[in-house]
Amino acid sequence: MNGAKTFDWRHTPGLSVYTALIFVFFYAPLLILVIYAFNSSRLVTVWAGFSFKWFVAVANNGAIRDAATNSIIIAIVATIASTAIATAGAIALERGRLRFGRGAATALIAMPLVVPEIVVAITTLIFFSGLGMHHGLINLMIAHTVFCIPFALLPIQARLRDMGGTLEEAGRDLYADEWRLFRRVTLPLLLPAISAGAIMAFVVSLDDFLISMMVSSAGSTTLPVYIYGMMRLGVTPEVNAISTILLAVSIVFVAAALLVGRRNRFA
Amino acid sequence: MGPNRTWLLIAPAMLVIGVFMVLPLFLAVGYSFMTANPYGGVTAPATFDAYLQFLYQRDFDDSLVFSPSYALIILRSVYLAIATTIICLVLGLPVAWYIVCQTPERRRILLFAVTLPFWINTLIRTYCWILILRDEGLANGALRHAGIISDPLPLLYNDGSILLGLVYTFLPFMVLPIYSTLERIDPRLIEAAHDLYAGRAAVFRRIVWPLARPGALAGATLVFAPALGSFLAPDLLGGGKKLLIGSLIQMQFTSSRNWPFGAALSTVVTVVVLTVFVIRSRRVEEERR
Repeated sequence: MNGAKTFDWRHTPGLSVYTALIFVFFYAPLLILVIYAFNSSRLVTVWAGFSFKWFVAVANNGAIRDAATNSIIIAIVATIASTAIATAGAIALERGRLRFGRGAATALIAMPLVVPEIVVAITTLIFFSGLGMHHGLINLMIAHTVFCIPFALLPIQARLRDMGGTLEEAGRDLYADEWRLFRRVTLPLLLPAISAGAIMAFVVSLDDFLISMMVSSAGSTTLPVYIYGMMRLGVTPEVNAISTILLAVSIVFVAAALLVGRRNRFA
Repeated sequence: MGPNRTWLLIAPAMLVIGVFMVLPLFLAVGYSFMTANPYGGVTAPATFDAYLQFLYQRDFDDSLVFSPSYALIILRSVYLAIATTIICLVLGLPVAWYIVCQTPERRRILLFAVTLPFWINTLIRTYCWILILRDEGLANGALRHAGIISDPLPLLYNDGSILLGLVYTFLPFMVLPIYSTLERIDPRLIEAAHDLYAGRAAVFRRIVWPLARPGALAGATLVFAPALGSFLAPDLLGGGKKLLIGSLIQMQFTSSRNWPFGAALSTVVTVVVLTVFVIRSRRVEEERR
């Protein structure tokens, strides 16, 4: 560093304070929710001591348990389906040779990220009702698989791009056929990214509200749809507790995806 | 991998998204030209009524009367989405710049902190603001405690609270793309500019902003598109009284049971959003050349 230079462009006065305030804006509301969830008073905003009782109440609520079970079943099915589809798609997009249609394929797969959620929600509703499909959970599994595909695809595609094709070339030079190449070289190298993609898909499915609300029917209510119904009735400690649980699940899973995705990065 | 095998591998993704997402979009266009069935769904005959409803209402004697209430809802949605985009840009740009200026290790932590809210349920993130803004909420409680007010301020259920919820939801979408374009900045550019006596303002105007612009453009589309069709912020923080397109569409399939009108609204929203994305990708391609 040049001592005579007083101008440091990496340091703008006040910017660190400003950024800190933005992060407070991001996280303070969530922290407030968590604190209220542990408040023993029924009057949410009056602090009456630390308590787990609302979490116990939530755990003993049969309707919440049913909704949570639906959510988990849907999320597991959508995660497996979307991750398998996305893995194949990512390999094709990154390793395949296409003379035409690559742009169209990429655009089509990005559709769930581009079209507004409310539009996806009502068009899916129209589609299923037009076909006369009223299968509750199955309809939801299909709808969730669709919008999970791009979320599962992105980390896998990024990993394929990062690692380049050299190891696969080497395998081909050693006369491995395409299937063995995939089993012994590509898949092991991709596994962290596939896991990361699967976790992302799981979180996105578990958290989905709008599409689930429009597509679900009586008996196939998912957890966010049920929580929304509770919120409409007013602010209650139970809502705070169940929201805190969902919040914690999201954070844990996303942190896990990050850690898993980073492992083996330099393999 | 040859083209045949490539198509085979990509076919499931294209098929699933094509059948269950793109086909329904076209089906909705078809529905928008049908007549509403009062029990939900649509019936014959085909009409333009759904689109006429944007500006007119059918009177008792079946004559069309000018009625701008739906058009006003659409205008308000567009206005709030644009306001959200501008506020996110102004708030997000300095944050992106700050992150770019950090060491790689700190960058990674800060980026994670910006990304994390995206993965947290929007329903829950929006609900948090009810806890803060409602009459018995934290903000009013604190103000009352400080003796500034005696009666609670109406902080919830207005355009301001909707806007707050939208900015809170979509701000990460602005920071990340700006960051990823600024990340590639060449420090020597800034040092050279400084050697030529450029101050902070000049460095920002002549170097940082031109480099940030493609990112800001990407961020603007990523904020505007979902903000335009957003449902939760207007529903929970607007109290459902102040309708926006998102809740208006949803209502047509629940309480109002006017599927053609809902399909028409959603077709218009889709066309607007896809147009915005296409214009953006054209611009990006032009700038690359």
